[in-house]
Amino acid sequence: MKKERQQHLKVLALWTWTWVGTMALATFGPKFIWEGQTVLTSLAILVNLLNGVLMISANRKLFNFYDELERKIHLESLALTLGLTVVVGLSYSLLDQTNLISFDAEIGVLVLFVGVTERITFFINRKRYL
Amino acid sequence: MKNKVRELRKLKGLTQEQLAEVIGVSRQTINAIEKEKFDPSLPTAFKMAQLFERSIEEFFLFDNQKAR
Repeated sequence: MKKERQQHLKVLALWTWTWVGTMALATFGPKFIWEGQTVLTSLAILVNLLNGVLMISANRKLFNFYDELERKIHLESLALTLGLTVVVGLSYSLLDQTNLISFDAEIGVLVLFVGVTERITFFINRKRYL
Repeated sequence: MKNKVRELRKLKGLTQEQLAEVIGVSRQTINAIEKEKFDPSLPTAFKMAQLFERSIEEFFLFDNQKAR
């Protein structure tokens, strides 16, 4: 059981790191490697998208491997994260629209918020049950 | 929910790890059930009942007041 779990984790780690890699390539490639060639840029974005789908699939397989308590912990933290992201994300967007902040509301900030919130709610939930 | 899982597990001479292996959950889940922090699913409760050779009501004590 542990071996199988580690295998699922390894596959997820592989697709996650390659997704980060292809994201970096699609972001910086047009500027520093192939100097704005549209075909290569489109290809890089497509590869990144497909890689992302594989990463989600690997995450789903790992999720299905969790036992009932682990699933409960993860689902509760994901639900909280989703709710907070919608609320905070829209408020953040409003701050930009109403010019209350001097910079643009970047999606990257929201992605960072999702990651940090998920980790915090996960650890709080883990402490509650374990 | 109050339960007698720890008591029955010890009566069977099993460790948390062994019970977890038989039931098909993690050791942490067994620990959370024994500490009454987590109520297991019906299939898990039935597996325990089969292993302990008891009915579910004998070791999971339902409290109507707390359930609300």
